[in-house]
Amino acid sequence: MRISDKFDELKIKGDGALIAYVCAGDGDTTKIVHALIRGGADIVELGLPFSDPIADGPTIQASIERALDAGMNPDRYFEMVKGLGVDVPLVVMTYYNLIFKRGLERFVKDCKDSGITGIIVPDLPPEESGELGGYCEGNGVDLIFLVAPTTTGERLEDILTRGTGFLYLVSRLGVTGARADIAGSTKEVLDRVKTDKPKAVGFGISSGAQAAEIIKSGAQGVIVGSAFVDIIASGQDVEGRLEALAREIKSSLG
Amino acid sequence: MNTKQKGKFGRFGGQFVPEVLMPAVKELEQGYERFRNDPEFKQELDYYLQDFAGRSTPLYHARRLSEKYGIKVYLKREDLVHGGAHKLNNTLGQALLAKYMGKRRLIAETGAGQHGTATAMAGANLGIATEVYMGAKDIQRQRMNVYRMELMGTKVIPVTSGSQTLKDAINEALRDWVSNVEDTHYLIGSVVGPHPYPTIVRDFQSVIGNEVKQQIMEKEGRLPDSIIACTGGGSNAIGTFYPFISDTEVKLFAVEAGGSGMESTKKAALHSASLCVGEEGVLHGARTKILQDPYGQILESHSIAAGLDYSGVGPELTYLAETGRIKPANTSDDEALAAFHELSRMEGIIPALESSHALAYLAKAAGSGELGEIVVINLSGRGDKDLETVLEKGAL
Repeated sequence: MRISDKFDELKIKGDGALIAYVCAGDGDTTKIVHALIRGGADIVELGLPFSDPIADGPTIQASIERALDAGMNPDRYFEMVKGLGVDVPLVVMTYYNLIFKRGLERFVKDCKDSGITGIIVPDLPPEESGELGGYCEGNGVDLIFLVAPTTTGERLEDILTRGTGFLYLVSRLGVTGARADIAGSTKEVLDRVKTDKPKAVGFGISSGAQAAEIIKSGAQGVIVGSAFVDIIASGQDVEGRLEALAREIKSSLG
Repeated sequence: MNTKQKGKFGRFGGQFVPEVLMPAVKELEQGYERFRNDPEFKQELDYYLQDFAGRSTPLYHARRLSEKYGIKVYLKREDLVHGGAHKLNNTLGQALLAKYMGKRRLIAETGAGQHGTATAMAGANLGIATEVYMGAKDIQRQRMNVYRMELMGTKVIPVTSGSQTLKDAINEALRDWVSNVEDTHYLIGSVVGPHPYPTIVRDFQSVIGNEVKQQIMEKEGRLPDSIIACTGGGSNAIGTFYPFISDTEVKLFAVEAGGSGMESTKKAALHSASLCVGEEGVLHGARTKILQDPYGQILESHSIAAGLDYSGVGPELTYLAETGRIKPANTSDDEALAAFHELSRMEGIIPALESSHALAYLAKAAGSGELGEIVVINLSGRGDKDLETVLEKGAL
């Protein structure tokens, strides 16, 4: 499913999107994805683990290490995604070297063939993205860019022009990870980024109350990662608690 | 199109960093453009290089070594720079640049502690708060260097993620920079990382090659036939080579760490020879040659010399190797150890294990004639720091 179709559908309902991130290969990914969707996740962002994840904080780094130790790799990843059988847009989040090594064209085709309709590459700024962007456009796969609190001027314009699917707004400086205070700078970034494309806010969201505030501030979606990954790391009643947290956050987005 | 090609060496280099860092690397680019030719900046840096670091360093004719190999061998004595290695050339330059740019905090990564120590020296001397990321394993192995940094007021932060070594220390320093870009300068220790770092570090290290050129003309009235330098990330190599790039009659040998063998296991290479056997990829912000598995996961590297133990290499060196201007080579742990002992005995100079790899290439290639009649070897550092490692090898 294309990301834009999902956002259109949610717009009609007057709902904000819950975008759930987990790292593939950390735990039983198929069961985890189904639990998140039962809880109400609208889009699932599935991390493809890389050995040197410089944009991720300790929680997701640890998840990536567990996934790599368990043997996750790009071949297995695309096989697994093919067998998921879900009806929500799937997005791959990974670092550029894995895409580069596989070959840009082959990677995008593998996405398309396995049902992935969006790609997020945290270490690929727009300046270096031309070639990958070309293959994405040719295959109907969105290339999603991050917008940071420090992104301004011409560079922001460039990202707004190139980005498709949605804009991934980073609510504050730093790496991924759950945080208590996020509201202030989020509003500022949301106001500053003027675009027709859907805006989703990530980095630090862990509760329904935070998510509700972000939607109220003008975002079309929230991205939640570390809070889900914490549950997976605990190993306690993983599916039940993932579903419950997804439901709590999703119910606050209406 | 123009801005897109900036910071590239052929197709290598670039700026593959998280969006949060893009304004910071652009700001650094602009800051460097503004101050690199600023007379006041240059004068101040020259002052520190001379009176604090102890430059210029001698170009020493190693007589006994020359006799043994039948080639006139000169050693560029970077081991005599304050701190015992070429590292300070770069840290002084970057710390001063950071000061001119109004940054209030320096962060750095370090493997064995050499770059961390050189950063601590520059930070203390210029009065800038300094924090150094170091792998937890490296901290255990290099307690004296940790203490040295702490003596100079630097905070050493243990890195417990990944393999707990240099590449993880770089990852962690990048994460810190992502969170504190506004007041912090990330002082990278080699010609790696996103543009403009490979260019900045090369320029600050080119003082080595510039001095060599002047000194060899004074002593020999001509350029050397070849120059040998050890290569990890590659800062001492490119710093020595760069002023000779257009002198195509001078052969340039970049000697990497052959470690304990040129093979790899599933997660680790037994060597650090990215130029020799690495594959193209993107690591720490730059497209270059790296040690990686068939999926693109980064392999851990190995060398007896901590300063060469890195999974990548500077993008400009990759470019120069591809165009044939420099020749990549490698010498093993054992060959480097033998060269370490040889220089100690024959010349009364205990070389760093890193530099011993360059010396080992002299022993390896002298018989072939490819080095010519006059060779300059960059003695990038002294070996006092390595005595424990050498003792462990029990090799006397």
